[in-house]
Amino acid sequence: MSAAKTLNLTLKVWRQKNGNAKGKLENYPLNDISPDSSFLEMLDILNNGLIEKGESPVSFDHDCREGICGSCSLYINGEPHGPARLVTTCQLHMRSFKDGETIYIEPFRAKAFPVVKDLIVDRSAFDRIQHAGGYISVNTSGNTQDANSIPIEKENADEAFYSAACIGCGACVAACKNASASLFVSAKVSQYALLPQGQVEAKDRVLNMVKQAEKEGFGPCSNTGACEVECPKGISIENIARMNREFLSASISK
Amino acid sequence: MALSGSFLLIFLLQHLIINLLSVVSPDAFNDTSHFMGTNPLIQFFMQPLLIFGVVIHLIMGMIIEQKNRKARPINYAFNNAKANSSWMSRNMIISGIMIMLFLGLHFYDFWIPEIKTKFIDGDLSGKLNGEDSYRYFTELQHKFGSPVRLGVYCLAFIFLALHLLHGFQSSFQSVGLKNRKYAPTIQKLGNIYAVVIPLGFIFIAIFHFINSSH
Amino acid sequence: MSKLDSKIPEGPLKDKWTNYKNNINLVNPANKRNIDVIVIGTGLAGGSAAATLAELGYNVKAFCYQDSPRRAHSIAAQGGINAAKNYQGDGDSTHRLFYDTIKGGDYRSREANVYRLAEVSTNIIDQCVAQGVPFARDYGGLLDNRSFGGVLVSRTFYAKGQTGQQLLLGAYSAMNRQIAKGKIQMYNRHEMLDVVVVDGKARGIIARDLVTGEIERHSAHAVVLGTGGYGNVFFLSTNAMGSNVTAAWKAHKKGAFFANPCYTQIHPTCIPVHGTQQSKLTLMSESLRNDGRIWVPGKLEDAKAIRKGTLKATDIKEEDRDYYLERRYPSFGNLVPRDVASRAAKERCDAGFGVVANGTNEGVFLDFASAIQRYGKEEALIKGISNASQKELTALGEKVIETKYGNLFDMYKQITDQNPYKTPMRIYPAVHYTMGGLWVDYNLMTNVEGMYAIGEANFSDHGANRLGASALMQGLADGYFVLPYTIGDYLADDIRTGKISTDSPEFEEAEKKAKGEIDRLINNKGTKTVDYFHKKLGLIMWNKVGMARTAKGLKEAISEIAILRDEFYKDVRVPGEADELNQELEKAGRVADFLELGELFARDALEREESCGGHFREEFKTEDGEALRRDAEFTHVSAWEYTGNPSEAVLHKENLEFENVELKTRSYK
Repeated sequence: MSAAKTLNLTLKVWRQKNGNAKGKLENYPLNDISPDSSFLEMLDILNNGLIEKGESPVSFDHDCREGICGSCSLYINGEPHGPARLVTTCQLHMRSFKDGETIYIEPFRAKAFPVVKDLIVDRSAFDRIQHAGGYISVNTSGNTQDANSIPIEKENADEAFYSAACIGCGACVAACKNASASLFVSAKVSQYALLPQGQVEAKDRVLNMVKQAEKEGFGPCSNTGACEVECPKGISIENIARMNREFLSASISK
Repeated sequence: MALSGSFLLIFLLQHLIINLLSVVSPDAFNDTSHFMGTNPLIQFFMQPLLIFGVVIHLIMGMIIEQKNRKARPINYAFNNAKANSSWMSRNMIISGIMIMLFLGLHFYDFWIPEIKTKFIDGDLSGKLNGEDSYRYFTELQHKFGSPVRLGVYCLAFIFLALHLLHGFQSSFQSVGLKNRKYAPTIQKLGNIYAVVIPLGFIFIAIFHFINSSH
Repeated sequence: MSKLDSKIPEGPLKDKWTNYKNNINLVNPANKRNIDVIVIGTGLAGGSAAATLAELGYNVKAFCYQDSPRRAHSIAAQGGINAAKNYQGDGDSTHRLFYDTIKGGDYRSREANVYRLAEVSTNIIDQCVAQGVPFARDYGGLLDNRSFGGVLVSRTFYAKGQTGQQLLLGAYSAMNRQIAKGKIQMYNRHEMLDVVVVDGKARGIIARDLVTGEIERHSAHAVVLGTGGYGNVFFLSTNAMGSNVTAAWKAHKKGAFFANPCYTQIHPTCIPVHGTQQSKLTLMSESLRNDGRIWVPGKLEDAKAIRKGTLKATDIKEEDRDYYLERRYPSFGNLVPRDVASRAAKERCDAGFGVVANGTNEGVFLDFASAIQRYGKEEALIKGISNASQKELTALGEKVIETKYGNLFDMYKQITDQNPYKTPMRIYPAVHYTMGGLWVDYNLMTNVEGMYAIGEANFSDHGANRLGASALMQGLADGYFVLPYTIGDYLADDIRTGKISTDSPEFEEAEKKAKGEIDRLINNKGTKTVDYFHKKLGLIMWNKVGMARTAKGLKEAISEIAILRDEFYKDVRVPGEADELNQELEKAGRVADFLELGELFARDALEREESCGGHFREEFKTEDGEALRRDAEFTHVSAWEYTGNPSEAVLHKENLEFENVELKTRSYK
């Protein structure tokens, strides 16, 4: 919409043929990018140019392109989802960059997130953490009790919502110097811990999910707070404190 | 980590208070030092506990560092960590190791001579070579006469401050005692603690340096 | 016509589902362990179906093309989910939800299906709350509701602007529980390339592992498609980049009829197109129309000046603004159904009053200024602030708007770099949802035995237009509460079948065909990218098969798409190999199917010589420009049978019988 001038950029993009191959950063000059383009549209333009030149396009995860599916990852100029706050890579716009800028684009790095190809990493470790307890055991019967039979204090309902807003993108892991998944795990633990429905299984849940995260190879939390800053959904590290609390009390009583 | 850390936090406060006595009243300092140095409960329970706490804190720190390194085998080519976290929080291992090195010096300065006097030489009197007064204050002042030692101590206290700036509030977070309501207070308290305690030690060191040189 | 048996149970409308459930065959738990079901897609429909079938005891294999089932595009639904709970006591009921949905769908949906949907809607909310879905609550701790377009009651449950996400995470958590138990085998990053039909029954699929490129055979006693809609045939839409028609289209080619492909919902409140490099459109939740007022300048010269950038929206005086929805539809105003709102926007922009300089003037204002003032005054009253200044009132009002729509406003600002608190949003309709889909009977089974279609992938519940917050309702209704019953009735005959072999000639042939198609694309070595063709297809669809269609334009579209398809196969370039992760190859396969579907889509639109819901033919409108339905000729479902070429598909009609509602001209005036 704004008719600002276009950007000329140098991209340094991580290229890696597959999980077993060695990768390296490649340089790609890219000109005439509209500041109104999204970051991923910029990569589309790069890719179409590469295909036309007969080179292989850069693979990267993306899907909804409106900041909610959590597919897009990318470590841009030293930060997950780039320099803007509270947005995912797909919501990052090129107006956040300067003409002539060099942009580093790397995959999320963690032992638990192995690179699949180029900028795509395998985040199935997050799924497995959820299998370990990220649910409330209730069958689909059609005659569970009426939804309004248990009033839930608005404050708790809102808190549970804020925790549940996690999109599972893995930025917390990528940003953390320890590649810790604590923010992710704690968000799920918190959502259920804050709701009466989640209380019944709360102890097993926190113990199992934390154990699974460790098994996957995520590092321990050292409270640097980087995850909270980089989380595109603004999930608070208060969740981690809550998880630690739940974990301690479950460890003592179980 | 947090538990041993919290324990050490309390110890630091206690240590500072006793040291401050040396500024206010050499006699009170001597009395307290003698009590601490000869009370069996403190000598044979608290002191080993403290050493155990330090060792645990050290070992756990090393283990965590090791796990953390393993959790990210390949590093970023370009990382802008300062955009999302403080230097202190990311470098606890560095400030920690510096403090450990300092502890070595500190043991060499005070603890080893103390153990030697008391348990090898068997002199539990706390008196200075047959004189009537206690030796602790004199020894302390003597040590801080050296400008090099003063410099090293001050530097170490700066690292201690850096360690505490993150460590204090981090320990609350780790045991789940931090929430939205208390977080700002804990943060503020932590900052005050992290500045005041090392400053206190630095003040004492400088105080004795100045006084001993006259 | 005889080919289509909708299998609607006998009896009065409100007893059909209950009677049906009482009389179907059940499978005993021990036998369920011997039965495999494949579920494609893990959105609200597929995810909830997979979880529930696994709970019941079937062995479920679930597939999704994303890296995790949690990322299916249901996640992007913002506004809410309808249910006839009547918690607000405003006169809602199962019948009213049923009636609103039938009317909203412009009397082109099946009564019995819609009634069942309304009936189970309340169970969905109970189920989701039990799962820990954090719906919005009021201060008393009870569930809150909001109102949505096209209805006069507040029956929409919501979780801020992220209802779809929360519901999907609920279904995902139910899946996780079954995955942990080994009852669901989850195949992430897998795309279904064909369905295998053995002796007239769907018995498995051919899938590609998107990481290794390996082509796999999977067998089952039934195949369920919960693969969503095909809005991406327009290239630009609010769908996810990966949303595709491939699974449904391959099913169609294997004999399943495709019903009403031309019924497309163009959502009125999206962020307008900004340029040719744009890859997708972003929806701004319909809930914004609760408080936003839609307008364009009343004077042509003002509109021109706005587009030139010499005049600001806020400079235009109240009397010079045309609140065209309030003007044309005084009783529903800004809350008219989506199709009506979209067409009204197009009408104004075509007449030159659009406010966005994107070549086609496509854009209108959505203005919150009066809502901000209204809420400001309310808040001042609540807080006991008398004689508040204008500035204070605005600040108070903005705070209220922020709590209601904060995340949407942030998103708008992020994308457009404009502050919607201070200047009206610019919006324009965009392709959002497709009501058409695979034809299914009352059991949600396609005309191929053992092949089911649920959620947006089928055609059954929304007629020619879907009401807001009803897609989530339908997806979960199908997956949690309908399919698990109806599929049991079918599988009861399969308890002695035993494992289905994947060595049959049918699997052999399907695999060979899938591999052949991939090789053809990889070896094509043309000069143009997949996107080039997709964009061209999108433009044809938008211009000629979009919001207003003519016989002439549709005929042109049919031939242009056919030509484009030929060109695609001559000149497309797909880099890389078949046996690796190859995103261009994935796209190419999907676009190849869109290029066929597009043609059938236009053909269906041409055939339907009336205007109804999302389908608007210029030739069929009233004197004042409203849609003109032709009930005598077109009260039927158009179900298309594939015969080898999309333009030669054979039309089958399922007549729609309305015994419980009277067909009326929809009026929101």
